[in-house]
Amino acid sequence: MDKPLTGALRDDRRPLTLAEYRSAGGYRGLQQAIKNLDPEGVLQQVKDANLRGRGGAGFPTGIKWSFMPRGVGAPKPRYLICNADEMEPGTFKDRLLMEANPHLLIEGMAIAGYALGASIAFIFLRGEYTRAAAHLQRALQEAYDEGCLGSNILGGPFSMELYLHTSAGRYICGEETALINALEGRRANPRTKPPFPQVSGLFGQPTVVNNCETLCNLPAILAEGAAWYRALGRHEDAGTKLFAVTGNVRTPGLWELPMGTPIAEIFEQCAGGMAEGYRLRGFQPGGASTDFLLPQSLELAMDYDVIGKAGSRLGTGSLILLDDRTCPVAMVQNLTHFFAQESCGWCTPCRDGLPWAEQLLTEIDAGRGRPEDLDTLLDLCDQAGPGNTFCALAPGAAAPIQSALRLFREDFDAHIARGSCPYHD
Amino acid sequence: MPRIRIDGQAYEVKEGLNLLQACLGLGLNLPYFCWHPALGSVGACRQCALLQYRDEEDRQGRLVMGCMTAVADGQILSLKADKARHFRAGVIEALMTNHPHDCPVCEEGGECHLQDMTVMSGHHHRRYRGRKRTFVNQDLGPFINHEMNRCITCYRCLRFYRDYAGGEDLHALASRNHTYFGRASDGPLESEFAGNLVEVCPTGVFTDKPLSQSYTRKWDLQHAPSICVHCSLGCNISPGERYGRLKRVQNRYHHGINGYFLCDRGRFGFGHVNHPERPQQPLVRENGRLRPVAASEGLAELARRLETTERWIGIGSPRATLESNLALRELVGADHFFTGLGSHPNALNRALLELLRLPGVNTPSLREIEACDALLLLGEDITQSAPRMALSVRQAVRGAGRDRAAALNIPPWQAQSVQIAGQNARHPLFISHVTATRLDPIAEATYRASPQEQAALAFAVAHCLCPEAPAPEGLDEQAQSLAEKIAEALLHAKRPLIVTGPSSGALPLVEAAGQVARALLNARPAEACPPALIPVFAECNSLGLTLLTQDAAEADLEQAFALSEHGPVGAIILENDLFRRAPGPLVQGFLERLTQRIVIDSIPSPTLNAADLVLPATSFAESQGTLINNEGRAQPLFPVHALHAERRNSWQWLAAVAGHRALKGFASPADALATCVTAAPELAPLSQALPSAAHPFTRLAVPRMPHRNSGRTAAGANLDVREDQQPQDHDSCLTFSMEGAPAPWLSRQSGIGARLPFSWYPGWNSNQAVHKFKDAVDGPLRGGESGMRLDLVCRDNGWHRPLPVDTEAQGLLAVVQPAIFGGEELSNLAAPVFQRAALPCLRIHPDDAPAWSVADGDRVLVRGASAATELPLRVDPRVARGIALLPPTCPPLGTGPTRVSLRSLGSDPLIATDHPEPTDG
Ligand SMILES: Cc1cc2nc3c(=O)[nH]c(=O)nc-3n(C[C@H](O)[C@H](O)[C@H](O)COP(=O)(O)O)c2cc1C
Ligand code: SF4
Ligand code: SF4
Ligand code: SF4
Ligand code: FES
Repeated sequence: MDKPLTGALRDDRRPLTLAEYRSAGGYRGLQQAIKNLDPEGVLQQVKDANLRGRGGAGFPTGIKWSFMPRGVGAPKPRYLICNADEMEPGTFKDRLLMEANPHLLIEGMAIAGYALGASIAFIFLRGEYTRAAAHLQRALQEAYDEGCLGSNILGGPFSMELYLHTSAGRYICGEETALINALEGRRANPRTKPPFPQVSGLFGQPTVVNNCETLCNLPAILAEGAAWYRALGRHEDAGTKLFAVTGNVRTPGLWELPMGTPIAEIFEQCAGGMAEGYRLRGFQPGGASTDFLLPQSLELAMDYDVIGKAGSRLGTGSLILLDDRTCPVAMVQNLTHFFAQESCGWCTPCRDGLPWAEQLLTEIDAGRGRPEDLDTLLDLCDQAGPGNTFCALAPGAAAPIQSALRLFREDFDAHIARGSCPYHD
Repeated sequence: MPRIRIDGQAYEVKEGLNLLQACLGLGLNLPYFCWHPALGSVGACRQCALLQYRDEEDRQGRLVMGCMTAVADGQILSLKADKARHFRAGVIEALMTNHPHDCPVCEEGGECHLQDMTVMSGHHHRRYRGRKRTFVNQDLGPFINHEMNRCITCYRCLRFYRDYAGGEDLHALASRNHTYFGRASDGPLESEFAGNLVEVCPTGVFTDKPLSQSYTRKWDLQHAPSICVHCSLGCNISPGERYGRLKRVQNRYHHGINGYFLCDRGRFGFGHVNHPERPQQPLVRENGRLRPVAASEGLAELARRLETTERWIGIGSPRATLESNLALRELVGADHFFTGLGSHPNALNRALLELLRLPGVNTPSLREIEACDALLLLGEDITQSAPRMALSVRQAVRGAGRDRAAALNIPPWQAQSVQIAGQNARHPLFISHVTATRLDPIAEATYRASPQEQAALAFAVAHCLCPEAPAPEGLDEQAQSLAEKIAEALLHAKRPLIVTGPSSGALPLVEAAGQVARALLNARPAEACPPALIPVFAECNSLGLTLLTQDAAEADLEQAFALSEHGPVGAIILENDLFRRAPGPLVQGFLERLTQRIVIDSIPSPTLNAADLVLPATSFAESQGTLINNEGRAQPLFPVHALHAERRNSWQWLAAVAGHRALKGFASPADALATCVTAAPELAPLSQALPSAAHPFTRLAVPRMPHRNSGRTAAGANLDVREDQQPQDHDSCLTFSMEGAPAPWLSRQSGIGARLPFSWYPGWNSNQAVHKFKDAVDGPLRGGESGMRLDLVCRDNGWHRPLPVDTEAQGLLAVVQPAIFGGEELSNLAAPVFQRAALPCLRIHPDDAPAWSVADGDRVLVRGASAATELPLRVDPRVARGIALLPPTCPPLGTGPTRVSLRSLGSDPLIATDHPEPTDG
């Protein structure tokens, strides 16, 4: 199977040097773009490849790029930002890419920068990813030294500076407009949209923010072609994706698989099924901020629209499993604690609603809940629903609560009726 | 105009608004927190949600935030739908989880936007059982209390303080539901507009500290529509009184002037009204002592004394009303009336008035200033002398950002997007002054030089613009290129603005400001927007006084002094402390030569101490009369308190004189105003303010008290258990009562906006009720704003010829630096303002120190032509060379532009002081 993202990784996971990366076919995509295509041509390739954003929303990358003003008369400078903040609980895919093959990201960014006419680019890296930072730093130096970054990249007319910025550390910094604020040195609150960053982004200039994994797909698309890339997918969506499994399975981990791979395959063949003595109760298909699904959904293909129709989101493609020996109330309480703590404090349903939801879940988990608390919880989830808050953090936080209340209602009721947690007898 | 439908009702609304603005403009109640009419939308609180339907078929609807959604033709909306109501109640419920619910002890209570919105949204039952978070509060100085537990995190304070007013020491700290609004550490908020936080904050986090010292709820305060008397801008205020004590001053909306905001001097500077040493009743000098007497006796004394001397002179005042000045002039005769200012300030005032007369040049209101796009501030530090104007200048400078955003189709109310798109784009602001100013950080370029050099710069700007304007001599290359740059910016701006004032004490500088405007008018194409020129004056009625005396050949204080040397003469001194106007020895000599000294004033002063007869005048809070602001706008003052028997408007004392000096035309406030109308042709428009058949003073009877006012009849029970008759007001459309007929609040048509003593509307107890009295949230008050612009006669005096800069002069040129705190006579009597005043000191440039053998930290003797004073010295590189920058409290050292010499008295023995170090720039 072709693995555009991880195919070149060394077995020991040490980062590839530029020379190693080159000999594994690296910088061919960039070469192709700069030598044989104009920026419009690159954009067309990406559109044709049907690449969708791997940051969680699955927005088609080519379309996102096309909102960026280009050509003569377009505002300058224009910026490209790699979102490598990766703070979603259970998600660690970008980390692998940056630690083990930093040049893949650098090449991807150079290609994107070329297509967008971005003269300055940033990698916004999660602060705790110190190893990735070190590896990226070294790779950046190599890339500059070898003319893969800086002025006249690969001898062509295109120039781009690429900077590594390590985040001071808030989950909200992963939200692309809060990220831009943080990069500007402002408080990391999201921004009003519209205007979208492509129109008024970093320092008020046109800016594209893409996820690290999204960008890492570009070298292969350019090197091998859009048709090749599209054909990698097993269902509607194109290409491959890093899928992760966490929870009480035999072999938790991270795998590169075609888009559209059935969840059951990931769960059983890659993760080896549930660990001894555990049964699957349900799972979050795309990371901590996605709705729970039940085991009968294992048949679904990991495609953006398929998971969407099933009532959840493909998100980051990181499966989090709930087993029959773990208390769903406690699990949701734990997740909510994270989101309440990471609320940026801008809008009311999130800032004040989530801590309240956390407080109720804590009470219920401790056996001090009241039946009416479940209505309050549902109210709070509604309040924090899509469109009601200023950014997508709160709807993401509400998703697991709301779906758990729907799917594991009996557990909530049992806590309240017994006055204690049934999993702790 | 887009047509929209709200809950089945069709409306036409203005294009470009958001739905919240539209709803409020239609008189509908839609609750909100983070939106503010002057600060725009940021979509943070989510309180203003309403339901929007896709089309006629759509029964579900989708929640949208009113403040974040632009109106569009054909929108179908609902405020009342269950889903929208439920959501809005839920937002309040969430906001309230951490709120302390301490309304009974909260000073916001009764005028709290959070209370109002809670009631409006229908949230009444608390479900949250968890603990509340608590914060540690800060001491933010003498003006503002801080009680962070009440915060609902709407971010308004921050957006006003930092984005709108340019303050830097208020921050949002921490995040999530622990976001904290405060300073990095305890200490006074530095911005001169910090007091607005009291009104901008929709909760009781920031409250009025002086008010807390003797707290009264809004509903128990008696108010009147009034005018700030602490500088020449004439901001509209709503002072509140109880038990005869003025408790606080709040903003009163005026579309053209102050809008929603006041400066801290205006808000906290009213202490003179309650001052313990304020003359309470007439005082008669007997055996060298002043003995308090009853009003009747005071009047008898006045009559008796007027008979003792044949010759009387009257000395007027730029802080007294038009009526009072005019009454005195009528009493003593125009030939014997003096402005109470020296010849030099008089000349400056006349020159400033000439600027208002320049044909073809626009006199902008503060609001119009906000739309200017190239600004030149010439020799006037408006941050200190006309603070509210500095706030408008900030908005003008930010306009470049608004323009950038507009080019990206971002509507102006999208505050955050405008800021992002605009980044640090600024319209060019040029500041020419003798030292640094607080606007310097947003200036394109600053010029620090002596007033003469500044005038030369301005003359050079004029010459660059129009070669006919004579060029100055001897301008250095740097100044010349700056002049070219300024000329360029002004020429190409859509709406250029020039600001000047009297503070630098240099007549040529004022004339040069006019020259720039005149040159600009010549240089710009005829169809271009006329250049704007605005002078500021020194005091609240400087312009009124100047209009009364502009044609008098001899109205200067020096001439009054001279007159007293030729035969016996008595003087009536009106609301004026002469020791602030002329060097002490000259004033002393004058007072001693007088045969009679009658002083009418509302505040203690050395002049008052020298009087033979003192008649206590009303302060602004008890006065009825007219003030004319710097743009030539005449505005009425109305009494907040019922008149105290022993205190009167100055003109009322004079009007009570009988015999051959009896005054005609001052029988009542209306009568006095009618007399003003005829006093000078340019005052004729004042007749619009006179009661008429269409506008009788009393028919509307607007109550001064909110209708919940409590204990009115028992308010004086500690003095006399018999209930006093309610004071009557026959002289205005206001009543000293909570009753009014018909209740003017309820009629959106009544058009009494300008007469609103306070803002209140059913369901809207806070100041935010004001939108109920407008047709559009951003528009003027219905029925017109307070005051009227006078129609000043245009006059073109041709080009001024620049004088060569005097390089031979000996000594340093004394320039008095105005100060917002500590720089004005009345507000200096307010303890909180005085606490914020910087330590008075003399400042000079380091290069000037060696010549006088003085050093930083010395105590120095500063000697002028007629007087000397001692001050600590600060050597400060921001001061222009050749200048002795004096503190505003410094007594005059000479008449007119004064050169001073310095002598060190050794190092200053002062070790500690309560005053903060000076912090301008
Ligand atoms: C609370 C929150 C956190 C997010 N964190 C990340 C993140 O860590 N990394 C990321 O790529 N996208 C994150 N996103 C999504 C980004 O806002 C954005 O959609 C994404 O970077 C776009 O990249 P793509 O188009 O390549 O998917 C987050 C969104 C939200 C609302
Ligand atoms: S939903 Fe609101 S409070 Fe929560 S992170 Fe987004 S903007 Fe901040
Ligand atoms: S302090 Fe007041 S204005 Fe500031 S965020 Fe809190 S409630 Fe809003
Ligand atoms: S700017 Fe002047 S008029 Fe306005 S509040 Fe301040 S002192 Fe008063
Ligand atoms: S007023 Fe609209 S969101 Fe706050």
